[in-house]
Amino acid sequence: MNFHGTVHKYGRDIDTDVIIAARYLNTSDPAELAAHCMEDARDGFVDRVKPGDIMVAGENFGCGSSREHAPVAIKASGVSCVIAASFARIFYRNAINMGLPILECPGAAAAINAGDVVSVDTSTGTITDETTGQTFQAAPFPPFIQEIIDAGGLVERTARVMAAKGE
Amino acid sequence: MARPMTMAEKILAAHAHLDEVVPGQLIECDLDLVLANDITAPIAIDVVDRIGAGVFDRDRICLVPDHYSPAKDIKSAEQDKVMRDFARKERITHFWEQGCAGIEHALLPEQGVVVPGDLIIGADSHTCTYGGIGAFATGVGSTDAGVGMASGRAWFKVPPTIRVEVTGQLADGATAKDIILHLIGKIGVDGALYRAIEFGGPVIESLSVEGRLTIANMAIEAGGKAGLFEVDDVARAWLEGRCQREPREFHPDPDATYEQVITIDGADVEPCVSWPHLPSNTHTVADSRHITVDQAVIGSCTNGRIEDMRAAADVLRGRTIHPDVRCIVIPATQKVWLDCVHEGLMDVFVQANCVVSTPTCGPCLGGYMGILAAGERCVSTTNRNFVGRMGHPDSEVYLASPAVAAASAVAGHIALPSDLS
Ligand code: SF4
Repeated sequence: MNFHGTVHKYGRDIDTDVIIAARYLNTSDPAELAAHCMEDARDGFVDRVKPGDIMVAGENFGCGSSREHAPVAIKASGVSCVIAASFARIFYRNAINMGLPILECPGAAAAINAGDVVSVDTSTGTITDETTGQTFQAAPFPPFIQEIIDAGGLVERTARVMAAKGE
Repeated sequence: MARPMTMAEKILAAHAHLDEVVPGQLIECDLDLVLANDITAPIAIDVVDRIGAGVFDRDRICLVPDHYSPAKDIKSAEQDKVMRDFARKERITHFWEQGCAGIEHALLPEQGVVVPGDLIIGADSHTCTYGGIGAFATGVGSTDAGVGMASGRAWFKVPPTIRVEVTGQLADGATAKDIILHLIGKIGVDGALYRAIEFGGPVIESLSVEGRLTIANMAIEAGGKAGLFEVDDVARAWLEGRCQREPREFHPDPDATYEQVITIDGADVEPCVSWPHLPSNTHTVADSRHITVDQAVIGSCTNGRIEDMRAAADVLRGRTIHPDVRCIVIPATQKVWLDCVHEGLMDVFVQANCVVSTPTCGPCLGGYMGILAAGERCVSTTNRNFVGRMGHPDSEVYLASPAVAAASAVAGHIALPSDLS
């Protein structure tokens, strides 16, 4: 998959309460969640974000609660892909399972600036900052994870495996 | 002979039907239990419906209405209803209606639904609490939980294990909560990212099961995948007559490989408070007395068990809350609530001018029952103090033990019980 978009930059330890505050968890409607995405960061994200934009952040992105509403809100806000120095474990699983492309790349996370235009090729893990001309290489997914992504998500993979076993 | 393994590795290997596993290995495991709550269950149920084969075992799924239950508004009532209808349709054994329920992570061990040796996933990050009784339990999202409910299986990357040894004796007034706040202050909110944390040492062995559950509960606040405690005589006595299934004990091999061993001298663990806006922003109570508070919350899956209620009541007995403070006490389950009645703790709380709530997560996640206005400060026995966690983005949460929260509610500022006259 290839993406191309403008960067929204955040620091380290961006937690799930910042991504989507619990006061909005009485719904799981993606559009409604997207309307409050990053609200407590108070940087006007929702007003600035355009379809295809890319989010770049520091270490431990998505720490805190297990709420899948967090990757859902980010995806529904129009963000095409998230690049971070590292991801919190549950957020990582959730993003893979529901099909929000994420890339772990400390070099890119440190060097890319807010507002830069960046292109990403997820099959090779190559990240290019078109504004500065720098390129970065993210680690590719392990084969097992790639299998989930190729199946279109964990639900699709499970349905297929269970059908094959006749369960 | 299999390679020497840590507790986490042994439990994962057993559930993957392998003789041994190594950190980094991707495995698929059979699950003993899959859990979801009123926020996460509706999405998980949608996943079960999409797979279309029902649930793998109606006795192995736990559905607990606790976050916004009793329903705080129409939307939360609708979410409760999705869960309730599903529980009836699938004849789920472990669904607790309001009035029988409580906060999931206090309820499941208390009811003996979780047993030692289990491998559990829950669509709630504090599922790691069950490590307190020797289970490998970890939080996942709703999709993982839905797939687990349908298939009884989940994928895992075997985590490296960090061993935390607490030696000597705790400083005066320090509790299990102070141990975990101290540890997170030391290693940071990603200090154990993707890791299992195995706790041991003389101080840990001397802790009650409630204290162990408090520590395991906050493994996730250090980024951990699970926090594990060995089953010993203290745990066996607590578990006696409680377990609904046969428990299995897994003990680490003496020559198991740890990625890191962290030794903490108990004497360095003082009563402490985590200041906003990260659990790792730990300071001693001694350095926090200048902080005035508007509210105190005593409850949650971290500190809402009977031992926590007793610790708070011991401070509040014969005293009243400071006139500028609201103190909200939330026993974590119906059983804890009833024990509070029988032990006379309810009299203590009400006479001290506390609000006593029905069991619910409520203010812990900024849901309801004690939301903060802009500029307000709360000392709380909960586990997270992120921006906006308990209400307005300009409010502040200070994490502490039940004794410190209760003393602060009386003093009007962060305080130790021994500060009160
Ligand atoms: S009490 Fe708080 S931390 Fe525990 S399950 Fe409820 S919301 Fe989550």
